[in-house]
Amino acid sequence: MATSHDLLFRTLADPTRRALFERLCREGEQTVAALTARAGVSQPAVSKHLGVLKQAGLVRDRHAGRQTHYSAQLAALAPLIDWTSQMTGFWQSRFDDLEDLLKRMDQ
Amino acid sequence: MNNTGETRSVVVEREIPHPPEKIWRALTQPHLLAEWLMKNDFMAVVGHRFNLRGEWGGVLDCEVLVVEPNETLSYTWDHPHDDPAFNLKSVVTFTLTPTHGGTHLRMEQVGFRPDQRQAYGGARSGWENFLAQLEQVVARTE
Repeated sequence: MATSHDLLFRTLADPTRRALFERLCREGEQTVAALTARAGVSQPAVSKHLGVLKQAGLVRDRHAGRQTHYSAQLAALAPLIDWTSQMTGFWQSRFDDLEDLLKRMDQ
Repeated sequence: MNNTGETRSVVVEREIPHPPEKIWRALTQPHLLAEWLMKNDFMAVVGHRFNLRGEWGGVLDCEVLVVEPNETLSYTWDHPHDDPAFNLKSVVTFTLTPTHGGTHLRMEQVGFRPDQRQAYGGARSGWENFLAQLEQVVARTE
């Protein structure tokens, strides 16, 4: 779990990479050329970032003729936005407050 | 993967050095419940519908399912939201078991959320917020 978190954090911490991922999330599948046109960095740089995103499972590539199309894989974010881990933290913190309250009720 | 979604549960347990009767009061008296959980119009009556109001402005729809004084309390815990990624239907059950030093308190929340894959499709605002916070999180962990 911690390892998959680390990989996702490291991958998305880079602003350029995150911007590419966000565009794929918002606009759907795109070619490297289309992504490069608006990325503000060179095509090799875009390709490198896409490779890192792919390694983290955040994007998938599809080859069609001479073009490579990339699409976002939102399921890769599941470990980070899973409600069960959010709720576990919530209840631990509520139970801390409950214990404080129980102490006060003695007085 | 099925189309009806999946059920998951959260369990939080704690040994508490107070008797079950006292914890029961903290779970069921609205003014006490408000001190550790949320503002509420709770009543320990099966079928009673109430709301829990969080400090963040969120409102949970709840209905009392089980009341066994000093032993078991269960209610629904639903967070209706247009965005399926935030829509949560769940049931919270508190179980109190007396121990030598006090009480073993167990909370289990069993929840349903629509199929995650579909939910992510509509989760735009959620993950955008998440991404916006990411840099801060990373900065803290380094």
